[in-house]
Amino acid sequence: MSYQEKTISNHNFEECTKCTICTLYCPVMKVNPLYPGPKQAGPDGERLRLKNPWFFNYALKYCMNCKRCEVSCPSGVGVADLIQSARIKYDKSAPKLRDRMLASTDFMGKLARPVAPLVNFGTSLGITKTALDWTLGIDHRRSFPKYSGRSFESWLKKHASKQAAFPEQVAYFHGCYVNYNNPQLGKDLVKVLNALGIGVQLLDGEKCCGIAMITNGMSAQATKHAKHNVAVLGKAVDAGLKVVATSSTCAFTMRDEYRSLLGVDNSAVRDSILMATRYIYEKLENGAKLRFKPDFHLKAAYHTPCHMEKMGWGVFTERLLRMIPGLELTVLDSACCGIAGTYGFKKENYASSQAIGEELFKHIREADPEVVACDCETCKWQIEMSTGYTVMNPISILAEAIED
Amino acid sequence: MRFDCVITGGGLAGLIAGISLQKEGRSTAIVSTGQNAMHFFSGTFESVKEAPARLAEIFEAAGIKVHYSAGVRLMPMGTFREAELALGDVDIFPSERFASKALIVSFRGEQGFFTGFLADGLEKAGIACRLAAIDRSSGIKKIAAAVSGLLDGEDAVVLPQVFGQKDSADVEYLREAIPAKVVFAGTQPPSVPGIRTQMQLKDYYISLGGTFLQGDEVTGAHVHDGVVHSVVTRNLDSHYLEADCFVLASGGFFSKGLLATPTSVVEPVFGLDVDYPADRSEWYDPSFAADQPYMRFGVKTDVALHPMIAGESVRNLYVAGSILGATRPEFGTGAGLAIRSAFAVVDSILKP
Ligand SMILES: Cc1cc2nc3c(=O)[nH]c(=O)nc-3n(C[C@H](O)[C@H](O)[C@H](O)COP(=O)(O)OP(=O)(O)OC[C@H]3O[C@@H](n4cnc5c(N)ncnc54)[C@H](O)[C@@H]3O)c2cc1C
Ligand code: SF4
Ligand code: SF4
Repeated sequence: MSYQEKTISNHNFEECTKCTICTLYCPVMKVNPLYPGPKQAGPDGERLRLKNPWFFNYALKYCMNCKRCEVSCPSGVGVADLIQSARIKYDKSAPKLRDRMLASTDFMGKLARPVAPLVNFGTSLGITKTALDWTLGIDHRRSFPKYSGRSFESWLKKHASKQAAFPEQVAYFHGCYVNYNNPQLGKDLVKVLNALGIGVQLLDGEKCCGIAMITNGMSAQATKHAKHNVAVLGKAVDAGLKVVATSSTCAFTMRDEYRSLLGVDNSAVRDSILMATRYIYEKLENGAKLRFKPDFHLKAAYHTPCHMEKMGWGVFTERLLRMIPGLELTVLDSACCGIAGTYGFKKENYASSQAIGEELFKHIREADPEVVACDCETCKWQIEMSTGYTVMNPISILAEAIED
Repeated sequence: MRFDCVITGGGLAGLIAGISLQKEGRSTAIVSTGQNAMHFFSGTFESVKEAPARLAEIFEAAGIKVHYSAGVRLMPMGTFREAELALGDVDIFPSERFASKALIVSFRGEQGFFTGFLADGLEKAGIACRLAAIDRSSGIKKIAAAVSGLLDGEDAVVLPQVFGQKDSADVEYLREAIPAKVVFAGTQPPSVPGIRTQMQLKDYYISLGGTFLQGDEVTGAHVHDGVVHSVVTRNLDSHYLEADCFVLASGGFFSKGLLATPTSVVEPVFGLDVDYPADRSEWYDPSFAADQPYMRFGVKTDVALHPMIAGESVRNLYVAGSILGATRPEFGTGAGLAIRSAFAVVDSILKP
């Protein structure tokens, strides 16, 4: 028997001073009495789990992996990493069909795309949703993201030679959402980068970043995706390219979760993966110029998604938006919207998910903007469904604000 | 990214400095890893006599209610301590016998409010006590009604200091609605009034245009010839934060502003000179409850609060808050040290 096996854990577990600060910032703990909270589920529980896996608590599935506990911890404990790692290590129950479906964002996208109008019609019908509710445990009050008829990849491939003509090049990790649900966002990014004299390339066959698999108990598949993506990202980085993303969760997953939760070595590519807002902000800070429309006017409120907050990069998006003449910006108090990827889609989480988001929704109603700006697509679904306000990716706002 | 001033540490000292500089039209950023000592704040500020006008102004603008009177306050374990400046939640009494009969009310199923200890302490001060418990599930109005209904000739009610995460409206409501003197006593940490105060200061700082980088950590700095050019943070990695001047308000050992190794005490960000005895046996007093010598260790500074690296002053870096330990006794201790040294730093920065 090894003593270390029963005492040593990763994620700075032993730094916890039991100060309880993290419990104050956990959005789930505020609304769900079944959830033991970050301190108990994280470092406290880990101590027990190390002694005996019997102590693994299935209530850990209520953790949204929003990382707000980590952002608040004064001792640098990887609280949410401890929780998600414990789920990966100890939760041996096979994921339900529903969780597998929700997790397979690219697979679902590929299936749905050719029949997109049908799928969209189907998922907006009350009866389909009620059926999903009964048979799969996907809450029927959820509205589903729409699927687009033509993928972003096929669009960009058509324009590859034009893009290659630009003197400077960047690679784009578009993610499942841009590819299948919102190719326009990808086109908006291309417009802005082209205006800066930068051509956009696809990676050599990206796969879904895998976050939904990680949180749905499919870490083996997620690891496959991670290894694949690190390899294709590596090709781009070797060719001297930066890789930009428009989804904060994709960027965060590839930069941090690959290594800390899946143990996939991403050190060769990590620092080259940037949010597009950071990449563009840095270009403008270094003197690059965009030509803005003189008559542009928009009242926007910026919501910092949890994973943007965790990366600490909300400041880049905020500053970039402030550079747009005619944009009247309110920065909303940082609060979780409650969706957390696929979390809020599950029947058992619907009520918590809405209760968590209520604070943010209230701030949005108070600010009463024309659009909410946000770097995350699942926040977009949640906010649009719950408040009726339109949510736009900051890149799309920028694309609208510059001359064609 | 460039600012007039970049502050490391978003506790009381960093926020007071950041707010004051923003008010003077300087652009600032605060980088703060994790939360801070305010989350354990008892509600009374050590070493601040009557709030100076500039502090009162900040508190008022941030919506923080404070009051001043010299006297004693009730502590969580039923003892009394001298106090002067306090948050609105905390009463300061001229003497320990603040009532003749007190009803101590706790919430069923909630631990961390030490009713037995409180009763012992109050009885010792000559206050007769009765204990009661109610449910907390209902809203503030029902709580006030339940407590009022329990009163039986008591002229004071002692409640746990757990009301008002966002503002002090609930605290004020309870005081008005319950027909007895309502006294709030501290619980096991964290401190609700402390967290609220921290958030109000942070919101005020942001409303003044300050940039608060929550959860990020300053990991290093570029210093040449006694001048700091930029700091490096964990999240922004190759994107350095540049500024004309820098403030270090990273707290004491608790916040990792100072780190103790087996042989030395270090300031980890800039590697500043720290004042502490070389002989490790002088760091501790073997008696646990004694005043511990290590609590007095701090970063060495000159008159203008510039620190030193290997004896050389760093001309555009300033140090404030509990990272000073007891090296600058003129600023007092605790929250007083944080506030007063922060003001002194701001004055040094603004003075050409
Ligand atoms: C548990 C406790 C209770 C206290 N209660 C009271 C009280 O009731 N009354 C009183 O008068 N005093 C009290 N004090 C004293 C307290 O030190 C002061 O009141 C004051 O709050 C200290 O403020 P500060 O800003 O100097 O440090 P802190 O509040 O410690 O803040 C320092 C901040 O800097 C951050 N930081 C550290 N290193 C870095 C880095 N490299 N990069 C970025 N950020 C960094 C930390 O995470 C922290 O957020 C208490 C202290 C403690 C520890
Ligand atoms: S994980 Fe961090 S915030 Fe939570 S109790 Fe431990 S030290 Fe405190
Ligand atoms: S990651 Fe979010 S939901 Fe999970 S414990 Fe931390 S704060 Fe709570």
